[in-house]
Amino acid sequence: MSTRLIIQIAYSLLIARWKQTLVAAIGVTFSITMFITLLSFMTGLNKLLDGLILNRTAHVRLYNEIRPDSIQPVQQVPEYNATYHIIRSVKSGNSRQEIYNSKAIMDRVKQDTRVLGIAPKITSQVFFNEGSLDITGVIYGIDVEAESRLFFFTDYMVKGQASDLKNVANSIVLGKGLADKLLADIGDVVQITTAQGEQFRLKVVGHFQSGLQELDKTQSFASINTVQKLLGKPASYVTDIQLKLTDVNIAPQVAKEFGTVFSIDAEDIQTANSQFETGTTIRTIISYAVGITLLVVAGFGIYNILNMMIYEKMDSIAILKATGFSGRDVNRIFILIALGIGFFGGITGLLIGYLLSSLIDQIPFNTAALPTVTTYPINYNPIYYMIAGSFSLVTTYFAGFFPARKASKVDPVVIIRGK
Amino acid sequence: MNSPLLEAKHIYKQFYDPVKIDVLKDINFQVNSGEFVSVIGKSGCGKSTLLYILSTMDTDYQGELFIHGTKMTGLREKELAAVRNEKIGFVFQFHYLLNEFSVMENILLPARKLAKYPVEALKERALLLLNTLDITKLADKNPRQLSGGEKQRVAIARAMINEPLIIMGDEPTGNLDKKNSEIVFHTFQQLATEFGQSLLIVTHDPEFAEKTNRIIEMEDGRIIRQ
Repeated sequence: MSTRLIIQIAYSLLIARWKQTLVAAIGVTFSITMFITLLSFMTGLNKLLDGLILNRTAHVRLYNEIRPDSIQPVQQVPEYNATYHIIRSVKSGNSRQEIYNSKAIMDRVKQDTRVLGIAPKITSQVFFNEGSLDITGVIYGIDVEAESRLFFFTDYMVKGQASDLKNVANSIVLGKGLADKLLADIGDVVQITTAQGEQFRLKVVGHFQSGLQELDKTQSFASINTVQKLLGKPASYVTDIQLKLTDVNIAPQVAKEFGTVFSIDAEDIQTANSQFETGTTIRTIISYAVGITLLVVAGFGIYNILNMMIYEKMDSIAILKATGFSGRDVNRIFILIALGIGFFGGITGLLIGYLLSSLIDQIPFNTAALPTVTTYPINYNPIYYMIAGSFSLVTTYFAGFFPARKASKVDPVVIIRGK
Repeated sequence: MNSPLLEAKHIYKQFYDPVKIDVLKDINFQVNSGEFVSVIGKSGCGKSTLLYILSTMDTDYQGELFIHGTKMTGLREKELAAVRNEKIGFVFQFHYLLNEFSVMENILLPARKLAKYPVEALKERALLLLNTLDITKLADKNPRQLSGGEKQRVAIARAMINEPLIIMGDEPTGNLDKKNSEIVFHTFQQLATEFGQSLLIVTHDPEFAEKTNRIIEMEDGRIIRQ
């Protein structure tokens, strides 16, 4: 039908009241701008905070938990089935932290297509000796290359070279907090005592800062070989195998599978860090809620302006109807006006939102906790632009819906006779 | 086609405000092609009410209405709108021109809605009409810049654009001074004689009515003379 005519009439009505139209459009622009900026900034921050933990966390971790045998000998005696077992003779002392047959497990896991890569690790409790003082700490024995590739180890090195861990014999990378306590700069030597009572001297080759201060006060890294030497263990000794998967969402399923296949403890990232996911979700929900509230408010503005326009244009509506425009045509004219406001307000809003977020992206943001971050984080995910764009159209459609229906129901006889 | 242009059969209408009043009682009449008919009567006799029923805008009545032999009573809003668009032209007491559009665009609105001819052809026809009404020079002006008589003539051009079967007028000269009234009347007369246009004009001006072909006089909701 005469769609072009309808568009032209809607356009003329819009232009005739361009000041009001502008105010309505600015309302939409403002809310879309805020929606985009808020979500980009909030999710950028979310990603950063999550990355703090999740970048350095394995998707699936294989390890041996120290625990007593779950089936005690006394349970295997049929006569005592129905009785209370006081004796638990086999204690956890007989179990080991070491992963049995670690080499075979690693070879097998590497071949799995779901696995992006693996990094073996040894956790070892030690004391750092500072004069008469013993500071408790942990040394992680790591495969530097795998750790850098999968868990961004180098990104968190604030001083020194990660590769020196491998190249320099008996070397160590200290947590920033720990290094400050020990006054140990690069090239200095620190003395440690292992849990077994052995004493070693290790050369500091770098400082590490995870962003979590408590951790940085206790943790340090050395190569796997070095830690094996500290503990007096053979080259096959590994306490953790860290897996990075191609898809983080299948981690629980993979963990379960490997746990059963290798009869080993397997922990997935979702279980280990459920609190982060909750925090992220809540922050995202709040951002959406604020953005949508702004849009709804803008929607009411459009509703008001359209309502006023309809009262002003009663005569025009009446004559349009008298000369053969149906209620549906009039309805479409006003819906079109509303959508026009939503469309142009929305487009401008998306643009300004983008500009505003790139502006925030330029603001310096230096914090001791986050060595790799220099400006405020922004997440330029196109999905937010799509959501905002379609939402601006949906809100304005509904804002226009009732005024348009009212306009379509105007009885020309009442208007014309009323004159 | 022998059926009359416009035929009203036993039309009744009541208002309920606050008590039931019979506005129209058993109205029966016909308008034939080419007639210039005026409806006169005192204020409140129901002549405007009748006109709005005949124009298909008011659908709240009893009885039957035929336009060119087609029954209008009971048609849906959209269908009635199409009938008004194609077959009826309106001139009201107030001009009802849209200030957002130029004179030309105002005249073209109903024609573009009908979309029977391309816009260029319609523009030519509109210019012809403006010429006939002697207001060619107003084509590109805004309705706000026009005098009352000029506005009313533009409204007549708008009513004529779709070559309607009939033009209906509700006190088209009611708001105009004597001089302009005469111009508008002459325009109507010109349309009737030159184009054979059928017209049905409601008026309370007996002088106006005297000069038409046929007078329908109403009193208290009935036709007393036709």
